[in-house]
Amino acid sequence: MKNVVGKPVKRVEDPRLIQGKATYVDDLSLPGMLHAAVVRSPHAHARITAIRTEAAKALPGVKAVLTGADVNPHVTMVSSPDVMPGQKSPKHTVLAQDRVYYVGHAVAVVVATDRTIARDALDLVEVDYDALPAVTEMEKAIEKGSPLTHPELGTNVAYTWDLQGGDAAAGFKAADRVLRVRMRHPRVIPMPIEPRGCVTSWQAGDESLTMWTSTQIPHLIRMLLPKLIGVPEHKLRIVAPEVGGGFGAKLNLYPEELICCHLTRRLGLPVKWIESRRENAATTIHGRDQIGDYEIAVKKDGTLLAIKSRTLADLGSYLQMGTPAIPTLTGLMLPGCYKLRGVDIKVTGVHTHKMATDAYRGAGRPEATFTIERIMDIVAAELELDPIEVRVHNYVKSTEFPFKSVGGVTYDSGDYAGTLKKAMTLAGWEKLHKDRDAARRDGKLCGVGLSTYVEICSFGPSSMMSAGGWEWGSVRVEMSGQATVITGATPHGQGQETSFAQIAADRLGIDMADVTVLRGDTSVAPYGRDTYGSRATAIGGTAILMCADKIIAKAKILAAHLLKSTPKQLEFKGGRFFVRGKTAKALTWKELASEAYNARHLPKGFEPGLEASSFFEPPNCTFPFGTHIAAVEIDRDTGEVQITKYVAVDDCGNRINPLLVEGKIQGGIAHSIGQALTERTVYGEDGQLVTGEFMDYALPRASDIPAYVMGMTVTPSPSNPMGVKGVGEAGTIGAAPAIANAVVDALSTLGVRHLDMPFTPERVWRAIHDTASRPVVGNESKKGVKK
Amino acid sequence: MKITVRVNGTSTEREVEPRLLLVQFLREVCGLTGTHVGCETSLCGACTVLVDGQAVKSCTMLAVQADGADVTTIEGLAKNGDLHPVQQGFWECHGLQCGFCTPGMIMAGVQLLDRNARPSREDICRGLDGNLCRCTGYSHIIDAIAHAARSRKP
Repeated sequence: MKNVVGKPVKRVEDPRLIQGKATYVDDLSLPGMLHAAVVRSPHAHARITAIRTEAAKALPGVKAVLTGADVNPHVTMVSSPDVMPGQKSPKHTVLAQDRVYYVGHAVAVVVATDRTIARDALDLVEVDYDALPAVTEMEKAIEKGSPLTHPELGTNVAYTWDLQGGDAAAGFKAADRVLRVRMRHPRVIPMPIEPRGCVTSWQAGDESLTMWTSTQIPHLIRMLLPKLIGVPEHKLRIVAPEVGGGFGAKLNLYPEELICCHLTRRLGLPVKWIESRRENAATTIHGRDQIGDYEIAVKKDGTLLAIKSRTLADLGSYLQMGTPAIPTLTGLMLPGCYKLRGVDIKVTGVHTHKMATDAYRGAGRPEATFTIERIMDIVAAELELDPIEVRVHNYVKSTEFPFKSVGGVTYDSGDYAGTLKKAMTLAGWEKLHKDRDAARRDGKLCGVGLSTYVEICSFGPSSMMSAGGWEWGSVRVEMSGQATVITGATPHGQGQETSFAQIAADRLGIDMADVTVLRGDTSVAPYGRDTYGSRATAIGGTAILMCADKIIAKAKILAAHLLKSTPKQLEFKGGRFFVRGKTAKALTWKELASEAYNARHLPKGFEPGLEASSFFEPPNCTFPFGTHIAAVEIDRDTGEVQITKYVAVDDCGNRINPLLVEGKIQGGIAHSIGQALTERTVYGEDGQLVTGEFMDYALPRASDIPAYVMGMTVTPSPSNPMGVKGVGEAGTIGAAPAIANAVVDALSTLGVRHLDMPFTPERVWRAIHDTASRPVVGNESKKGVKK
Repeated sequence: MKITVRVNGTSTEREVEPRLLLVQFLREVCGLTGTHVGCETSLCGACTVLVDGQAVKSCTMLAVQADGADVTTIEGLAKNGDLHPVQQGFWECHGLQCGFCTPGMIMAGVQLLDRNARPSREDICRGLDGNLCRCTGYSHIIDAIAHAARSRKP
C-alpha cells in the first residue's frame, strides 16, 4: 500500500494479537526463573513490631524471604522531583521499614521456584502490627490533630502551589455577580486489564541487567535505575514487550520493579513478579481526587471575568514520580476555551493513608475541563442564559491563535466555535431539546448537556520538562530497499507500529508492507522519552519524518553521483531518484541501498549506509479540542442514568490514521463514562480499599456504552511539521463534563443545580428524593447580597 | 491426578496438582500463552476459552474439571492460516488496542455467534457482558462481531 497517510489502514500489530501469538511479560519464561510474591500490609497505618520469616523459609521451594532490613540498604525508591516550592517529600523505601502507611504497602518479598509456592509462603510470613489511627479524607487530614502519614514532616500538607494569571482581582471588581460552587473530582483506579509485572535477569559474566517490564517508559526507567540499584546505565537493558494497557498507571517506576532488580542480582537467577488484580487496585497509582471551591466572577450578559480556585489534591500516602505535579495541570488548563481577565489558583497537596495518585488518562486536565464546563452551565443556569450563547460569547476566536491563556500557556491553534457548530448539527441540537421537553411532559427525567474542551498534550519544549520533551527515532533503508524504523516512543496499544510505518512509507515513497517499526527495547531504541501525555505521534512521529528526510537528502547525493549529475538537478518522486526530466533513467531505493552498503562506487567522502537518526524537540505543546454532547434519561425510581445519545466532534489536527484516532477517542470516552457513571473508589474510614476487585470497582461494560455519533474538524497544529495534535486523552477529557451537564440538566426540573460524579444510581436517587443531599450553588450580586 | 485434555485438537496427558487452574494448565503445561489472566476472579474474561464448545473463564475452572474435555483456545481458532471470521472482524474493525483482553473477547464472540448467528447490537453487548476491555470503549468490538456475523456463510 502506498500513499497511506490519512487513510484508515488496518493495524500491522493485530495478526499476532488476535491469534494469541504476542508476548506479554507473563508469557516470558527463562531457564531457572524464580517467582516473587509480595507480603503486603492489611493496615492503612501501623507500626511493624516484628516479622517472622522462618516458617515461610522452611516451605519446600522457597528460596528467599526478605524484609526491608534486607533489601532497603541495596535499593533506593524512585523519588518525585521536588517540583513545588517548599515541597515536603516523605522518604519512601521499596519495602516498609518499621511503619506501614497504606493498605497494600509492601512489607516483605518471598521468592520461590513456582508462583503458587511463593503465594503459599506469603501466608507463612508472620508480621506483628500495632495499628495506628489513619486518615483517608483530605479535609480531615489538614485538620489539627489529624493522624499524620509521615510524622517526621509534622503535617499532612505536602505543598501549596499558586498560580496568579492575568488580573483576577480586577475581574472580581468588575463583576455583576459572583457564583460559588464546590466540586469533587472523585478518585478513580486506572485498572489496565493486564496488571503490572516484570522479569529481571542478571548476567553475572558482564555484570549487566535486563528487565522486561509492563511499562510505558522503558527509557525513563533506564535513565533512573543506575542511581537506585547501582548498575550503570550502559549495563542496563529495559524491555517493554507487549504491554496490556497503561493509561498512565504504567508511567511510573514501582517498588516491585526495583526489588526484582535486586533479587536477580542477589540470587543469581531470573526473577518474575506478576501483580494480582487486587494488588493492582491497591498498589498501582490512582487518579484524580481533588476537592475544589470555585468562585466565578461574571457580568450579567454572561461575560466570564475571573475564577478563583482553592483546591485540595489528595496525593495519597507517598509520592510516585509525577504525584505532586498532576494537580498543577488542572490549574494551567482551568481557563479552558475561554478568555478571562484572570485566574487566582491555589492548590494544596495533601497526604492521606491511601495509595498515591499520579497521572491517569488526562492527568489533571479532566478536572480542569470538568470544572470550567460545569461552570459555564452554572453561569448559564444562574443568569438564565443559553449555555451555547454563554460559551460562544467567551470563546477564544479562531483568529486569535496562538493565544496566551491566563493559565500561562500558549494555545497553538483552534476553532472552538467550529467544533461546537458541527457537534450541534450532528446531534440535532434543536430536536434533541424538543424530544427532551416532550419526554419531560410525559414525566420523564431527561437532560441534554455539552462540553467544549481544550487540552494540553505532546508536552514540550524540554525546558518545561524535568527530563526532556523530545523524542528520538531512526530510519534505515536496508540493502533490500525495505525500511526499518525505530522509535523511542513506546506504544502499548496506540498502534504506532502502523501509523509510523504509514509516515515512513509515504515519505520514502515505498510500500507500507516494506516498513517495519521496532519499539520498546532500550537496546534497539537507545534513546526515547516513551509514550504518555498523548505525545507519541506528534513528537515521535515527527522524529521519523526528520530521519526520512535526512536519508532522502543523502540518497540524492549518491544518486546524483551515479547518474553523473548534481543533487540540485535530482528529483525524488514515488520512491525513485532521477535527473529532472529524465524519468526513464531512475534509481530505486533498492539500487541505491545496494550501492550505499556495497560501497564500491561512492562519491568521495560519502559515508556508506543509508540510515539516519533524529531528535525532534517540539517548540510548544499541542492543544487538541472538541465538543461532546450527551443526552441522558434518568430512571426516577432507581436513579439509574442511561446515555441515550452521544456525539463527539474532536479536532486533533491532521489524522495519520483516522481509524486509530476513532478508536482512541471511543476508548477515552469509555474511561470518562466509567468515571461519570459507574466507577467509585471507596476507602473505608479505617483505610481499607473496599473497591479492590472488578466485583466492587465497576468498569463500564459493553452494554454501558452508547452508539457514538462521531465527527471531526481539522485544525493543524503549528507545533510540528505534520500538524498533528495527539488524541490519547481527548475523549476522557471531553466526555465527563458533557455527561455531568446532561445529568444536572435532567435533574434541574427538580431544583438540582450541581451534582458530583460518579452518578451512581444511589447518588442520583438521593438527589431526586433528598433535597438536603444536593450540593449548593452560591449566587451573589456584586454587593454580596444573596440572591 | 492424571488428566487428559484435548487442546486445539492435540491431546495432552499430564499428572497435575488438583488445585491447578485450567488457565495455568493451558499456559504453563501446554505453553499456550495466548489465554491471559486479568483478574483471577472470572470477572474480566481475558481467560475465556471454549470447553466442549461452551465459553468458560479458565481462571476459575480447575484443570481436573477439564479431564476428558475438548478445549479450544485463541491459538486454535485460525484454520490452515485462515483467520476465524471473528478474528478477521477484530482486525478489520480495529476491535483491539493493547490486545490483552482480545483473546477472551474473541472467544466470547465466537460463542455469541454460535448461539445467535444474526445478533442485534443489544445482543452483542449482552453477550460480551462477561468481558472487560479498558482500551477500545467496546464500540469497535461490537462492530467487529457484527462484521463477523455478516461475513459468516449462512
